[in-house]
Amino acid sequence: MAYSKCVGTARYSFPTLKSLLAKASPPRAGDRLAGIAAVTAEENIAAKLALADVPLSEILAQPLIPYEDDEVTRLILDTHDVRAFAPISSMTVGEFREFLLSHDTNAMVLARLAPAVTPEMAAAVCKLMRNQDLILAAHKCQVTTAFRNTIGLPGTMAVRLQPNHPTDEVAGIVASIADGLMYGCGDAVIGINPATDQPARIEELLRLLDDFIQRYAIPTQGCVLCHVSTTLDLMAAGMPVDLVFQSIGGTEATNRSFGITLAMLREASDAAHSLKRGTVGRNAMYFETGQGSALSADAHHGIDQQTCEARAYAVARPFDPLLVNSVVGFIGPEYLYNGKEILRAALEDHFCGKLMGLPMGVDVCYTNHAEADQDDMDVVLAALAAAGVTYIMGVPGADDVMLGYQSTSFHDALFVREAFGLRRAPEFEKWLASMGITDPSGRLLTPAAGHRLIEDATSAAGPTQ
Amino acid sequence: MTGTPRDPWAQLGRWTPARIALGRVGASLPTCEVLSFALAHARARDAVQARLDREALAGRLEVLGLASVEANSMASDRVTYLRRPDLGRRLDDASRDRLDAYRDEDCDLVVLIGDGLSATAVAGNADSLMSALLPYLSKAELKLGPVVIAQNARVALGDDVGALIGARLIAVLIGERPGLSAADSMSVYLTYAPRPGRTDAERNCISNIRANGLTPEAAASNLAWLISAAIEMKLTGVNLKDRSVAGRSKSDHLVG
Repeated sequence: MAYSKCVGTARYSFPTLKSLLAKASPPRAGDRLAGIAAVTAEENIAAKLALADVPLSEILAQPLIPYEDDEVTRLILDTHDVRAFAPISSMTVGEFREFLLSHDTNAMVLARLAPAVTPEMAAAVCKLMRNQDLILAAHKCQVTTAFRNTIGLPGTMAVRLQPNHPTDEVAGIVASIADGLMYGCGDAVIGINPATDQPARIEELLRLLDDFIQRYAIPTQGCVLCHVSTTLDLMAAGMPVDLVFQSIGGTEATNRSFGITLAMLREASDAAHSLKRGTVGRNAMYFETGQGSALSADAHHGIDQQTCEARAYAVARPFDPLLVNSVVGFIGPEYLYNGKEILRAALEDHFCGKLMGLPMGVDVCYTNHAEADQDDMDVVLAALAAAGVTYIMGVPGADDVMLGYQSTSFHDALFVREAFGLRRAPEFEKWLASMGITDPSGRLLTPAAGHRLIEDATSAAGPTQ
Repeated sequence: MTGTPRDPWAQLGRWTPARIALGRVGASLPTCEVLSFALAHARARDAVQARLDREALAGRLEVLGLASVEANSMASDRVTYLRRPDLGRRLDDASRDRLDAYRDEDCDLVVLIGDGLSATAVAGNADSLMSALLPYLSKAELKLGPVVIAQNARVALGDDVGALIGARLIAVLIGERPGLSAADSMSVYLTYAPRPGRTDAERNCISNIRANGLTPEAAASNLAWLISAAIEMKLTGVNLKDRSVAGRSKSDHLVG
């Protein structure tokens, strides 16, 4: 369907819903690179004005990629909850924004609505929302998941401890884990990005995490972030896999570039559940996403990068993940150029994920060729904390020495807890207190020399050796 | 700055380059750590923005007996370069005309030195690598074309240059995306029968070339091995398994 809008003396036309969505997107490098962005500032707003009048039912009726051509489209349409959709089925996108922001739309209403919201609806309404709208609406969504602790309770924020090492040296990884735990981080997951995808090395890291978590009875979960096919083989071989990780995208072709299909994710999800390693819950999948991945793989079908990203959340949703996060600034300035674009994308991704019912975290990050610095990340982090982000990353000193980018640090997590009064996952917080790391209010105690974690990590370079 | 509370586990730092045991004041970093991080980031930023002093580099190459020629990609400034990777992969018209004069079907190897994401890396390592490479080339009796020094270059600019000159192989020496721990790391990409449209799977890469990483001399030895193997097998890429060096670095594609 074609759309148009008259603004003053100018008439703007948009030949398809896809082009309307692209032109209505707040400006960003990736959409300009793809040649689909609005050319002028006025065209951008004209597209928003036209989009505000589009009925949600019309978005549902016009798949951006044909049903026959794309398994993500099939998933979106086949799992759409028509009954849950009824209360909003007659709304336009503009009315949907107002509905989301109204006082009557509370956590319970939003939870019931989540299965009715397709990624295209989430993306469309997102384009009409200012940053403050994205913060307020996301803040109302409550998504709780559990494996060995409970993540996403109101007033809490979790942290993934990311102890990467350039060559996967066990002693080095253990040193970063000990450092992170002493700083009170690690309730979301202790998750290692391995330097290689060699199964023997992954196996060693899985055993390291399992031994570590068991030795100290830490109420958290481990994950080695390798390809899902590697994890499948390792689960079949009886390896101790808590969470299955995979990077996912919003089109079948993007996922093909990652070497995955929905069937593979289903197989891995079933295998992870059958291991029954969770103690307080059974959410066992961990997904990462990020705007620009579809364009980077030349798999975007002319769809703007924020809408492609929201479609990735539709891929995650049927697997009831424990954790989903956008790695927002990792991909580089040709997709998100500067701090402003990264901030906007972070709030969009968090909002769309939460609206669709996902336990949404964000890797607040940037690379050295992006126009961004630590001050930008402080603002992104604070805005996400205000929006109720489920979890963030914890990297020693914010400097990931394996992946070569800057994320948030253990100190950043402390900052945001202080500034916003956010607690950790309750089971983990209790453990920290029992280990003498925090006081009853959750604040770090002055570290005692000779703490058990440090002694063990120091002697013989860690507990596994 | 005395009296800042440090963490009593600094000894763990010997096992990792990660920034651990930084200490804290309340929830925050000690002043020295805030500034130390800022310095590392500033160096990385400067490396990304730095312009390659092509005249100085050409002078050092001349000392080695190497003639060079300047070229520019279609990305006319640094902002465009960062936003439009596609433009960094194509020569501008003036450069195309200039290089046309160097067409030579008998040329075995053309070397393109491009700033990439770190001119600092190229300025510091490119001529050392060339100096170490020359003895291998003369021993193998390979015909070396002009050294092209290009500004705002991506790896695939070599495909355009190589095809225009008609070289059997192009070696692109290019600055890697700077990290906080190293802003001066260079990579070499070798491509057989270069032409626009070649993919990264059709190249071999040697990365992390810098004084404190893979030395330019060691890299030259690896490159010489790859050049001989590529000429013998008439290909580069995933089917030419590099038995002389470790594999690619994680950030390779980001320069592409």
